[in-house]
Amino acid sequence: MVLVIIDHADGKIKKSSLEAATYAAELAAQTGTTAEALIAGTISEDASLLGLQGIKKVHTLSDVSLNNLDAQVHTAVISEAVEKTGATIVVFSNNSYGKSVAPRLSAKLKAGLVAGATALPDTSNGFVVRKSVFSGKAFANVGILSAKKIISLNPNAFHIADGGQKAELVPFAASVPQPKVTVTGTEKVTGEVSLSEAEIVVSGGRGLKGPENWYLVTDLAHALGAATACSRPVADSDWRPHHEHVGQTGLAIAPNLYIAIGISGAIQHLAGVNRSKTIVVINKDPEAPFFKAADYGIVGDAFEVVPKITEAVKKLKGIS
Amino acid sequence: MKILVCISKTPDTTAKIAFSDNNTKFATDGVQWIINPYDEWYSLVRAIEIKEADPSTVLHLVNVGGADSEPIIRKALALGGDEAIRINLEAGDAFCIASQIASVAKEGGYDLILTGKETIDYNGSSIGGMVAELLNIPYISHALKLTLDGNEVSCVREIEGGEETDKVTLPVLVSCQKGMAEQRIPNMRGIMGARTKPLKVLEPVAVDALTQIVSYDLPPAKEGVKLIPADQPEELVRLLRDEAKVI
Ligand SMILES: Cc1cc2nc3c(=O)[nH]c(=O)nc-3n(C[C@H](O)[C@H](O)[C@H](O)COP(=O)(O)OP(=O)(O)OC[C@H]3O[C@@H](n4cnc5c(N)ncnc54)[C@H](O)[C@@H]3O)c2cc1C
Ligand SMILES: Nc1ncnc2c1ncn2[C@@H]1O[C@H](COP(=O)(O)O)[C@@H](O)[C@H]1O
Repeated sequence: MVLVIIDHADGKIKKSSLEAATYAAELAAQTGTTAEALIAGTISEDASLLGLQGIKKVHTLSDVSLNNLDAQVHTAVISEAVEKTGATIVVFSNNSYGKSVAPRLSAKLKAGLVAGATALPDTSNGFVVRKSVFSGKAFANVGILSAKKIISLNPNAFHIADGGQKAELVPFAASVPQPKVTVTGTEKVTGEVSLSEAEIVVSGGRGLKGPENWYLVTDLAHALGAATACSRPVADSDWRPHHEHVGQTGLAIAPNLYIAIGISGAIQHLAGVNRSKTIVVINKDPEAPFFKAADYGIVGDAFEVVPKITEAVKKLKGIS
Repeated sequence: MKILVCISKTPDTTAKIAFSDNNTKFATDGVQWIINPYDEWYSLVRAIEIKEADPSTVLHLVNVGGADSEPIIRKALALGGDEAIRINLEAGDAFCIASQIASVAKEGGYDLILTGKETIDYNGSSIGGMVAELLNIPYISHALKLTLDGNEVSCVREIEGGEETDKVTLPVLVSCQKGMAEQRIPNMRGIMGARTKPLKVLEPVAVDALTQIVSYDLPPAKEGVKLIPADQPEELVRLLRDEAKVI
């Protein structure tokens, strides 16, 4: 059985967990077994809808204390679920939750972990999972040697299915240990699309000259329903918050569409964004290295070009 | 207070990524090696700051690697730290590496263990969590800030679309990223001093790997950029909708 661990926030299942659920169901079909899910904590959505992604059974452990993350507590609970359900493969999303919990679970269960998977495993000879390495500059095909296996799927690397039947809900009783980590506050950038899960990202570099010009990026992002990002020097100069910094030493992202405005395309920047499906570059310098990594490009002054693109998008979407 | 900082060796960020031996090995010819940026810039510097604030702090560095790790270990010592431990294991998966670090950590009885958010070559983000589980201590991942108040640690960590503040009592393992500290350059005194700081070499404990890299490959090259004249932004939007189908 393949068990997918569902991450959620504010009562809602995260999009990356729906990708992981679909992945788990397709992996189960490939290996001749079924996929089940575990929700640790409380959600306000109807969990049986995970059936749409191909999940047969959803184990729910509705304990509000689990809405906060203490990786040690979550590991204990998931490990008990693995034991009781007889799961042999556990799937996480490789988001902040998966990165906190999957390695602990791996050490606890002595189950080999591939973190950052980008495709279903090749099970024709062993169990080989493809993962992104060198910050997106290459792939490694990694064999899991242990009987129990853990895969953390990169956000945006897999589709979300929506054709299945409702899943069966089964309450799961586990002893929840007392957390040692207390969450004393959370601060969310409200109303904005989360960068790691975003399908479209609009990003700005030093070519925009200063923070006062960021309306160019945010206006286009709003028109597209996109998240915003930036290059490292932009975050280092405090023009934009650190969490928007993408690249080799920032966040690595893989949206469907990445629009880079006034970014030169240094190798360290490309490393974090080159898994994007389509890349658009707007730069006034035709020699900017980013054009070599781009699908579409406009050579021109961002201050003139970008407002026109924003207008064209609004027109297309019927926003005025 | 005893702190252990985990230091890994990675190729320079501009290194050419190529593979040898039938795509089973990373081609290291001409590659410059550096301290993994997250370890050097954030976890190590934060640990040094803690020691500067309280000089009674004992600061150890640990690396799992072969003798070729020693230049980066010396560089780390030049930035700060009292002594380093190298566990002489050349190849091993994340679980093997974590098991080595955990065995050193058990022996040393550290209050605070710091790792980087991830290595920029393997991108596992795994070693920290594994070590914490092997030691049965709490783990705070992707911390942007770390402050100490006696036995209490307060961390701000990154979550999807925001930040969260966590409190925990020592001992704890924290993985560090940008925001934690400012990058430092070693000075002459540090470099001279690092030569005489102890660098202990330990033999690894026997652990079976749970994973193994079978092969590598490079993403397919882009077909080439399609340039759109600057006065036709509508054409770009049309192509994104009709051809790329991304909006
Ligand atoms: C170890 C290491 C790690 C690093 N990690 C990262 C990382 O994670 N992420 C990252 O981004 N960088 C990283 N860097 C920095 C990287 O090398 C580059 O310096 C950085 O990406 C450059 O940012 P930029 O493109 O915004 O600025 P610049 O290189 O200054 O480029 C600005 C661009 O804007 C264009 N421009 C100027 N005016 C206009 C205009 N009016 N209209 C349109 N275009 C215009 C210019 O032609 C130019 O191409 C790292 C560097 C090192 C050494
Ligand atoms: N060989 C190693 N020796 C010491 N520490 C390591 C080693 N490999 C990884 N680490 C630490 O673990 C962190 C995360 O690595 P990874 O799980 O490979 O992404 C790094 O930032 C280091 O702090």
